[in-house]
Amino acid sequence: MEKIYSRTKTIQEDKVSGFCPGCMHGTVMKLIGEVLDEMGLVDKTLCCLGIGCCGLQMDYIAYDNITSPHGRACAVATGVKRSNPDTLVFTYQGDGDFASIGLAESMSAANRGENISVIFINNGIYGMTGGQMAPTTLVGMKATTAPQGRNPAEHGYPMHMVEIMDQLKAPAFLARTSCNTPANVNKTKQYIKKAFQNQLDGKGFSLVEVVTSCPTNWGMDALKALDFLEEKMLPEFPLGIVRDR
Amino acid sequence: MARVFMKGCEAIAEAAVRAGCRFFAGYPITPQNEIPEYFARRMPEVGGKFVQGESEVASISMVYGAAAAGTRSMTSSSSPGISLKSEGISYCASARIPMVYCNVSRGGPGVGSIQPAQMDYFQATKASGNGGFRMLVFAPSTVQEAVDMTYQAFDYADRDRNPVLILADGVIGTMMEPVVLPEMKSEEEVAAIKESKRKWACVGHPLDYKNRAWIEPGQWSTIVQQQKNEEAAALYESWEKDVRVEEYLTEDAQVVIAAYGISARIAKSAVDMLRKEGKKVGLIRPITVSPFPYKAFDRLNYANIKAVLDVEMSIPAQFVEDVKVGVKERSPIQTCLCSGGNIMSREKVIEAVNSILEGK
Amino acid sequence: METNLCVAGFGGQGVMTLGKFLADATCNSTDKNVTFFPSYGAEQRGGTANCFVVISDEPIGAPLGDVMDDLIVMNGASLNKFLKTLRSGGTLFINSSIVKGEIDRKDITVVSAPVTELALEMGNAKVLNVIMLGVYVGYTEVIAPEIVWNTIEHKLAKKAKLLPLNRQAFEKGLEIGRSQKI
Repeated sequence: MEKIYSRTKTIQEDKVSGFCPGCMHGTVMKLIGEVLDEMGLVDKTLCCLGIGCCGLQMDYIAYDNITSPHGRACAVATGVKRSNPDTLVFTYQGDGDFASIGLAESMSAANRGENISVIFINNGIYGMTGGQMAPTTLVGMKATTAPQGRNPAEHGYPMHMVEIMDQLKAPAFLARTSCNTPANVNKTKQYIKKAFQNQLDGKGFSLVEVVTSCPTNWGMDALKALDFLEEKMLPEFPLGIVRDR
Repeated sequence: MARVFMKGCEAIAEAAVRAGCRFFAGYPITPQNEIPEYFARRMPEVGGKFVQGESEVASISMVYGAAAAGTRSMTSSSSPGISLKSEGISYCASARIPMVYCNVSRGGPGVGSIQPAQMDYFQATKASGNGGFRMLVFAPSTVQEAVDMTYQAFDYADRDRNPVLILADGVIGTMMEPVVLPEMKSEEEVAAIKESKRKWACVGHPLDYKNRAWIEPGQWSTIVQQQKNEEAAALYESWEKDVRVEEYLTEDAQVVIAAYGISARIAKSAVDMLRKEGKKVGLIRPITVSPFPYKAFDRLNYANIKAVLDVEMSIPAQFVEDVKVGVKERSPIQTCLCSGGNIMSREKVIEAVNSILEGK
Repeated sequence: METNLCVAGFGGQGVMTLGKFLADATCNSTDKNVTFFPSYGAEQRGGTANCFVVISDEPIGAPLGDVMDDLIVMNGASLNKFLKTLRSGGTLFINSSIVKGEIDRKDITVVSAPVTELALEMGNAKVLNVIMLGVYVGYTEVIAPEIVWNTIEHKLAKKAKLLPLNRQAFEKGLEIGRSQKI
């Protein structure tokens, strides 16, 4: 029989994902691994993981990784990439990491046009710490630290990192995608490939924001979470490429 | 070797370059701006990288990344900036990343004063971040010492895979003094140092996850975390061999001054002046303040001693707490202090010694 | 033998450069120990500038002491601020173009030179510090004048066209300094 699919070797063979059912971290991790495989980059790749659920990746990925201080992944990646320009360096960060505690590091790295790739997972909630409000939490969406739901008068509005970074001159590639449908999964893979290729070409900062679900902290099952993502998240966070140069 | 006349901050930066430092990230703060400014000019000449980070927090994270990727890396700041860097310093200690940083300390707490002080003693020696880690901490009292210590610090950092702190102050950082610079490491030597870290450094590895580079500032497993902490504790214990101390004219001393860094240098000149008057005064100067040379205090002849005089530029006194541990109540301890950016004066030390000798 | 010197004046009068030339020359061409310590801080923004130079045959303790052997003041505010730090028997060098009035201490020696006027006469107000450096070295001979000149020459290598003027300024200062020796 012909083998038409095998799991990417970039994920440790003897590990089973510990992500919650319906979580898309595993999907994105797989896509990153497949892209690295296809591009032949595995042995020169360094990941800078953020803190939060994204940090769980360190238990599964099989390539080099530096677990970064919370929010600092873009700064850590800056140090790695500048001192080792021949490597492929990407950060993998959640919304709290990239858009809240690490906002200064994220914006500054983008503004410098740092030659790194950023995979930004936006599920509108803090997962690891148990459902607190994120900078991307939707208006009205409940969180343990916003029990009445996000109230713009008190909490402001969700942050749109791709559009915010589009105000900067330096970034090369800014795009938002999701993993809610097979078509979007394929698109996500294309964007990741693009972000990595940009780095190899020395184009500078590339951001791929992936809108994902968190059934556990959204308080719904995996299928309902997919509906919520499509009906609520995607209207707030429209998909597509905002910049590609 | 010829002497060159250099500002402390610039001499520290040059010593780092000569030791093979090829990555520096920092953020402006007085009185250490000449360190990042020097690196900004110098790094391109040696194929190194300089980044002005968006904050101290970002700068130390950049250093964490560069050092985790095997490059000899450094950052510097001054007191409040060092507080901001404590996050990354703790990460380096936890993940066992070798790097060197320098605190050109100023008055505190808070934003404090921008003039020289020794107000960061506890922070430097006891708790430079969360988690109870330790570091080798060198306290230079001359620009030459700052140069030599910075040069050696990279070797210690690599030996231990641990951060090393050069605890300077605003006097050492801003004064100019003749120095003899250490030998410039060749490109081959610098490359060899980096290559020697390949096994653990994040430089990219063939796909074999048992042998990948995995920089972990923490552990999910409590068992593994305890094991890592025990390994670190054993490392800290092993530093007894690295203790450095200067014991100056202590044998017959009736007053022994205990001081470090810039205060010790000023106190030493007071000792010389008092000795010329026939007064029996000595000095213990810890050169490493972590580990602290407690044993030097066991070598004192307490039968002769009227008091140990703690001289430091900190109010309240901090260094005195380690002096107390060393003295073990075998002698009274008095203090001679200044703070707020005021610099210790020889005359003030002489007065304090005389008042002890006169039994006041 | 240890000499503690404080140089003080307005920002822009070149007091830091004066101190640095002296200290640099000592480092380059003697076996003596030497330190240069610039005063820095909020006051720097207020227009006054001062630095401390210690030259010694012994290891140097404090790069700035409470008590000065020599004091160079280039303006009135600096006189008021630093005169009390000059030891009894010490020497005060004043820019007599600007610093007017009685010096109310009898236990010190005063060496005056109208360095602002002299510099203007030479056609460049900026060389007042080099004249004063000449006065100081000519009077104290703390290190040999040739050594100081060599350092100035070296430091100004990239601005060679300024050398004749600076030479003239330094010589003028030496002459004044030597002439006021007791």
